[in-house]
Amino acid sequence: MVARMKILIIEDDLEAAAYLAKAFREAGIVSDHASDGESGLFMASENSYDVLVVDRMLPRRDGLSVITELRRKEIHTPVLILSALGQVDDRVTGLRAGGDDYLPKPYAFNELLARVEVLGRRKGTPEQDMVYRVGDLELDRLSHSVRRQGKEIPLQPREFRLLEYLMKNAGQVVTRTMLLENVWDYHFDPQTNVIDVHVSRLRSKIEKDFEVPLLRTVRGAGYMIKDDRAPA
Amino acid sequence: MSKLRVLFRTTAVRLSALYLILFSLCAAFLVFYVTGMSERLLQQQTRDSITAEVTQIEQVYTRAGMNGLLRSLERRARQPGANLYVIAGPSGEILAGNVQSLEPGLLDSEGWTERPFAYQRYTDETKDDSHVALAHVLVLDNGLRILVGRDLQEPQKFRALVRQALMVALGVMGLGALVIWFGIGRNALKRIDRMSEASTKIMAGDLSQRLPMSGSGDEFDRLSESLNAMLGRIEKLNEGLRQVSDNIAHDLKTPLTRLRNKAEAALARKGTSQRGALEEIIGESDQLIRTFNALLMISRVEAGSSAAEMSDIDLSQIVADCVELYEPVAEDVGLKLEAEVAQSIVIAGNRELVGQALGNLIDNAIKYAEGAGNPLIRVSLEKQDTHVVLAVADHGSGIPQAMHDEVVKRFVRLDESRSKPGTGLGLSLVEAVMEMHHGSLRLADTVPSASEGGKGLTVQMVFPVTTT
Repeated sequence: MVARMKILIIEDDLEAAAYLAKAFREAGIVSDHASDGESGLFMASENSYDVLVVDRMLPRRDGLSVITELRRKEIHTPVLILSALGQVDDRVTGLRAGGDDYLPKPYAFNELLARVEVLGRRKGTPEQDMVYRVGDLELDRLSHSVRRQGKEIPLQPREFRLLEYLMKNAGQVVTRTMLLENVWDYHFDPQTNVIDVHVSRLRSKIEKDFEVPLLRTVRGAGYMIKDDRAPA
Repeated sequence: MSKLRVLFRTTAVRLSALYLILFSLCAAFLVFYVTGMSERLLQQQTRDSITAEVTQIEQVYTRAGMNGLLRSLERRARQPGANLYVIAGPSGEILAGNVQSLEPGLLDSEGWTERPFAYQRYTDETKDDSHVALAHVLVLDNGLRILVGRDLQEPQKFRALVRQALMVALGVMGLGALVIWFGIGRNALKRIDRMSEASTKIMAGDLSQRLPMSGSGDEFDRLSESLNAMLGRIEKLNEGLRQVSDNIAHDLKTPLTRLRNKAEAALARKGTSQRGALEEIIGESDQLIRTFNALLMISRVEAGSSAAEMSDIDLSQIVADCVELYEPVAEDVGLKLEAEVAQSIVIAGNRELVGQALGNLIDNAIKYAEGAGNPLIRVSLEKQDTHVVLAVADHGSGIPQAMHDEVVKRFVRLDESRSKPGTGLGLSLVEAVMEMHHGSLRLADTVPSASEGGKGLTVQMVFPVTTT
């Protein structure tokens, strides 16, 4: 079992914070809570957290300034910004201030959970690994080739990037929006299930001739690539 | 009293009061200056005539001696309106002349008396000693003193008269100013009262009210006119806003009702089927959130065309990305998404918004062309002289010409499409995005003649070519 993740929620809405803390606890994540910008900044500087979840509009010090201040102090804990503003360029300003991910309110908890988990494990991800492996599936980032049981599987460039992102976050849930953001680099709402169709095409390519399914649909959340036979 | 105070608070009255005070000060200065000058002039004349007489008397004395002098003085003293003449001994006692008494010590020194002095004539019946005169004293070689003087009553009277006249004039002026003040101030106050009365009604919510105009075209009228024009604009905007919010309220009621019904149904169910119902409810609320997001996005795009980040974006790349993104979905429902893209067309814009707009158009095309006779959806990007045209053409059922303008409006959906999922906001957003990019949105039939299977809809996003 991986060490439990510990996060800090900086959110002035106490009800929302309590709900988040409970939901995170059920997902196996320990959380602290700060209800204003100043104490959030203090707690984030004094303790070590895996991820900070920061609301943008906070009393005493706004969320963006908390992040800028942390980054100035050379504290590089990953930050996920929650925002009710939802303006066209909010994401840009948020990420520019030093945030690592951005989620407009209202959001689905599963979406938040998936993003927090990805952010929290990012430190340990083999960013520099040239080959990703899940079970008998192998993705070579250098030669852009995918093999399963040693047999080459031809993929379109986009399918390759899709699989690459899934495998980079193997064992974790990635949501449809995360896929759209990270594989296509767009943040808009595509209205229909475009991502599902792309995933199902990819799935058919990597699973059609093989017995063991790897790419799973997580109901109400997204997708996860995982080898069930391997120990967790 | 309080009314007067209010009156005094008007700018017109305050300004005129200031003018009046300044004017009075100037006038008073003028009065004193003029009277002072004329007095000095008259005094100078008096001195001149006295000097002349003294010279004459000196000549008479040298020519005819003491006797001649006395005779001459006697004659002179008897003339009407005569000067003052005094002959006095060396110690100052009056020997002859037409003056009964003098201020003492006046005869001691030769030359001009330093200042006007009081005296009394013999002939004076009135016993007032207000007679004031100016005199020259001549000392003869035998020690006798001769005083020649002139009464100053007339110049003084003249001065008093001028002052009085000026004072009266000033008084009349002040009074007139007060009356005019009152008139102007009250008039201004009345008109302002009428304006504020109308404003109060407007503030109370009656936006159809207008400020009164007198028709004289003066500054008050001009002010009313511009304010009325502003009110007209506000009324129009307000009306538009109310219509939109009415529509929103109406269109959000439907999904909310559906949500509530589903929740009720879920309550009645048990076990695993309850879970399914709850999932449906989440799906339903996601749809609602999506609608809200689209609405917010539209209003933000509309409100802040300058606030959004604009940069040079590769339109060709965006089109290619979107086509690639939607291609499998189209294929799944039996449609063929085809791209005809001119390379490396760069415009100034917002990548996300343009992507969202194009996504909306392709999504619409896929939704409404599903099952059409001709499965082709063509996405094209081409550069014309001054424009870049990005078009999505389908061969679905199309939209009747008459409805082309309508469907762009918020929440407007064709009756036959109400059964399909969607917010009714897709095209509104595209239009807002196009407006932000200083371009336009055009709707047309894909195939003008209806003879071929389905005439379809072509939606064009027309961007101006940016000259950099």
